[in-house]
Amino acid sequence: MALVNIDQVHKYYGDLHVLKGIDLKIDAGEVVSIIGRSGSGKSTLLRCMNGLEAYQHGGIVVDNKEVSSDEKQVRLLARSVGMVFQSFNLFPHLTVGENIMLAPKLVLKLSSKEARALAEDKLDKVGLAEKIDEYPDCLSGGQQQRVAIARALAMSPKVLLCDEITSALDPELVGEVLRVLEQLASEGMTLVLVTHEMNFARDVGDRVVFMHMGKVWESGPAKEVFENPTTPELKSFINAVL
Amino acid sequence: MLNFSDLLPYSDLLLQGLWVTVVLTFYATLGGVAIGTACAAGRHYGGKVLRGAIGSYVELIRNTPFIVQLFFIFFGLPAIGIKLSAWEAGLLAMLINLGAYSTEIIRAGLAATPKAQVEAARVLGLSPHQVFFRVVLIPAFEKIYPALTSQCIIVMLGSAVVSQISVMDLTYAANLIQSRSFRSFEAYLVVAVMYLLFAIFMRQTFEWVGRRLFRHRRVST
Repeated sequence: MALVNIDQVHKYYGDLHVLKGIDLKIDAGEVVSIIGRSGSGKSTLLRCMNGLEAYQHGGIVVDNKEVSSDEKQVRLLARSVGMVFQSFNLFPHLTVGENIMLAPKLVLKLSSKEARALAEDKLDKVGLAEKIDEYPDCLSGGQQQRVAIARALAMSPKVLLCDEITSALDPELVGEVLRVLEQLASEGMTLVLVTHEMNFARDVGDRVVFMHMGKVWESGPAKEVFENPTTPELKSFINAVL
Repeated sequence: MLNFSDLLPYSDLLLQGLWVTVVLTFYATLGGVAIGTACAAGRHYGGKVLRGAIGSYVELIRNTPFIVQLFFIFFGLPAIGIKLSAWEAGLLAMLINLGAYSTEIIRAGLAATPKAQVEAARVLGLSPHQVFFRVVLIPAFEKIYPALTSQCIIVMLGSAVVSQISVMDLTYAANLIQSRSFRSFEAYLVVAVMYLLFAIFMRQTFEWVGRRLFRHRRVST
């Protein structure tokens, strides 16, 4: 069974039908980029994968756990699914280290010493070991986003969901975050990215899913999709963004 | 014409009065902010009935005079069998009063905490309880801290009214001293300065606590 199984998922916001029967399977170790115009439902789909958004029909199973927006289920899923947001969402009153240690201590019940070692290890991975005792305010956007990635990794997720994580960054800071993702991909981490970084999707991603009007409009191996788009919608989208 | 030395024999009385005001304020601040935090959480996250009940409490207290609340507790409640000492009634009135005002202040702080912060904490696996105490509460307090500080000082100054039910606070001492010494000008001037100094001391204490609570950013008021 695939790591992520999305089966005929429909979602409505009131009368608005935002996801119209999504089917998607993602295997462990895959790097999948979800692209599409704004309003096509890509962020919503991502947020359905860990229960942040409820869906009305169909089913999602991640790491053999049924996904729902039920409070307890979201907490259970947190051990399998990590998430990084566009706006970093570091906790401003905690140091970088405390941000990373919070969930391992409270949820995984690690001791302070174990949690600290874990934080050091994950920060080292994103190249920010020396920032462990700084507050998020003192960091650049790119650094904050790398800390957010380290924070998510500290829960040892099976899959990392990235919701436009470079969109809020100054152009010169995008590279440092993408390099971290690239490294994670090379280590076999399963990544699902909603992204506007088409070069990254093409060069690092295994698969590209193009969403349009709440449906998976076209999908396939990354290079193929970019070189030979079959639908006119994807052709015009690629022309517009590349 | 002015004669402050006539007050000297009463210095103990003044200090005792100050102490009563300080102790009342201390408990009222801690308890009132705790009530306010609980009610703000209830009003922000709770169901319809709870929100309605807390809203009624807040409006009831904010729209009636403090002295009437105090008299009701001290003179009114005994009619239904609840007898409190003057000190207890004074403290209770202050707690209820600060509780109501701080509910609204703290609620504003909770509402100003970005929803995305809560989401980030939830997807890390924190329980609602942990999200509130570890992630939401401190940044929420930081946002409304100056307003909360002022409200606590207002309640301290308002506590002068408890002298009306014979709580021997600082104002009670002033009343007593001026009636014995006939030095109203001096007595009230000295007490006014004592209130002023205590209010300044309170503000500085709040700032000191704030600097420790909100370490990542220096709080300035």
